[in-house]
Amino acid sequence: MNEATEQLLENLNALATGLFLLTAFGIVAMRQARACLNLFILQSLLLAASAALLGLRYGSGHLYGVALVNLISKPIIVPWLLRKTSPAEIYTRREIDQVLDIPTALLIALALVIGAYFVGVPLADAVGPEFRGPNVPIGIAVLLLGAFTLTVRREALSLLIGLLVMENGAFLTGISIARDLGVLVELAIATDGLVIVFIMGVLVRAVQKQIGTTAVGALSSLKETTAATGTDEAQP
Amino acid sequence: MSVIVILLLPLVAALLVCIPLAKRLVAGVTVVSCLADLILIARLTRQVVADHGPGEMLDAAWSKWIAVDGLSALILLLVALVATTAAVYSVGYLAHEVLPAKKLRLYHANYNLFIFSMLAIPVLAEPTLVWIVVELTTLCSALLVSFDNTREALEAAWKYVVLSLMGAGVALFGFLVLFAAMRAGGGGTYTWAGLVTAAPRMPPILMQAAFLLILIGLGTKVGLVPMHTWLPDAHSQAPSPVCALLSGVETTSILYVILRLFPVMQAVPGAHAETWAIILGLISVGTAAFLLLQVKDYKRLFAFSTVEHMGIILAAIGLGGSAADYGAMQQIVSHSVTKSFCFYAAGAALLAVGTREIAAVRGLIRRSPLAGAALIFGGLAIAGAPPMAVFLSEFLILRAGLAQGQYVATGLLATFIVIAFFGVMAHMNRMVFGAPASLAPEREDSGSEASERFRLPFSCGLALILAAVPALVLGVYIPEPLHDLLTLAAAAVMR
Repeated sequence: MNEATEQLLENLNALATGLFLLTAFGIVAMRQARACLNLFILQSLLLAASAALLGLRYGSGHLYGVALVNLISKPIIVPWLLRKTSPAEIYTRREIDQVLDIPTALLIALALVIGAYFVGVPLADAVGPEFRGPNVPIGIAVLLLGAFTLTVRREALSLLIGLLVMENGAFLTGISIARDLGVLVELAIATDGLVIVFIMGVLVRAVQKQIGTTAVGALSSLKETTAATGTDEAQP
Repeated sequence: MSVIVILLLPLVAALLVCIPLAKRLVAGVTVVSCLADLILIARLTRQVVADHGPGEMLDAAWSKWIAVDGLSALILLLVALVATTAAVYSVGYLAHEVLPAKKLRLYHANYNLFIFSMLAIPVLAEPTLVWIVVELTTLCSALLVSFDNTREALEAAWKYVVLSLMGAGVALFGFLVLFAAMRAGGGGTYTWAGLVTAAPRMPPILMQAAFLLILIGLGTKVGLVPMHTWLPDAHSQAPSPVCALLSGVETTSILYVILRLFPVMQAVPGAHAETWAIILGLISVGTAAFLLLQVKDYKRLFAFSTVEHMGIILAAIGLGGSAADYGAMQQIVSHSVTKSFCFYAAGAALLAVGTREIAAVRGLIRRSPLAGAALIFGGLAIAGAPPMAVFLSEFLILRAGLAQGQYVATGLLATFIVIAFFGVMAHMNRMVFGAPASLAPEREDSGSEASERFRLPFSCGLALILAAVPALVLGVYIPEPLHDLLTLAAAAVMR
């Protein structure tokens, strides 16, 4: 592989990871639950693209496996599992009473990304010179953005996507600094993501049936001040 | 390959309970499989203690994936012990209301899967695989937490899943950084043992980053303050036998993963892993001690006491030295056996009075002598009154701390333990011996029923007795094999 091709692959990877970061911003900003899911699917595709490009660049067949696993599990199986387990209502929901308004949320998200850059670059340097690419800082940034989504959202689907986005962020760093982790481990992590979707889907269904809402983040009957009496005050 | 059998047993049991046979057999399957696992693990532990290490029982080909040393054996033993008593307790506890067969099977299938995931944590040698089974403990127990299907239980389960998985996401990042650190240090096999060997060559900045990420990420699941907010909800809303598992052994088995990092970090000069452990530990103990004073729900009380004990164990590891480490190991044992007993007692009280409110329960000793006696015994045992197991282990830790010359940390730890003692005992005392009618006027109905004695299901009583024995005996007498095991386990957290 000549130098020009290597450069091209690295640039393409930078493009993929840049778009990856952009989708995370979109997930922070979107109110429509359905749009969040679509952005997450796009993000997973970009993750797979980054893995494939890095695999090509460093001749690591193992990364192709990661790309394939991501290509199948997240864009295809996750939406299918959600349709099977959870009520259709979660797609149509909009975040009406978000904790922060969108410009504030985006500003905080921007601050998180800058912070992630200052943490990520020295970390990548410590691993070695060939890990200097954008994957480590952007991975950390997306991990933080996912956590941020979890703290400001109330709707079940947005929360679930926040969790999966965190995992995507960790993965994006992983394909750069932990390239030869082992296919078994990667497969297990991917399966684990599916189990998360399944269990949370089942929980959302139970919540919707029992309490009549999918804004699970807004539930707050368990507090220190009022003792839980165990009585069931479910509304139809 | 007894390790494989140990892991397969709960999986087989989970499959068996799904077969639509007689409903009565379902609980029996769980009890039998847990008991069989306990016996197998006891044998394995004896072998580990005799060989002072994994010995000959594993092929070299497996050692990349599976390794059992003293610390693993200790956790395995505790998980199996509590799983067995909780399975016995479940029989009577679930029988007090008529459950549809499907729901009963769901409970037992999840129960066995949960046991499997907890048993897999100490057995697996590769850290990222351990991370996956840590995730599985959350996912398998989520539906157990929401089992009652009330508004509160669902909310608790949701918080539990979201916060635990959020922590797990951070921890995954930590494990990936740890892997990168190992590669940067020249490689080796990515196992706990391999990490200890490779540690001196690994870049310190990466190891510190990995340690903090994993401490925060998994600390969420252990219930360390300030990441503990989900714990009192989940540990109080689940059915009592599940609470015993969550509080008694799940927290400990996650803490085990953090403990595995200490021998690795000791190779790094200026890593200060011990300092972090003392700080986080003391914050947890202190916060929990003060929250214990104002708690309104007696199952939440025991949940906060779990936060306190996790803090004590972490602080003890932070104190350093073989004596403090031995004390920490003994604290792990005494906490597991005692806390499971406490939740059985709390479950018995809940069956007897039907409320979790401390203020609504007065004079329990007259309504149900067994539940009342169990609750006061559990309170004394978990708060650390002599001659119980918790007292002995806390005493060992404090003595080791003083011997190390860590007067400030030890003094704070002792103060918080005393505050927590009064917090627990004040509530227990009022619940068990308080005058019934005058203090709880809003529960008129309970006054008329008070004359009629409540009968605890047989299996619940049996589980209470089974769990009480070690909580009491280990305070006065540590058998020789257990002492060897604790020494071996304490050696595993030191370089």
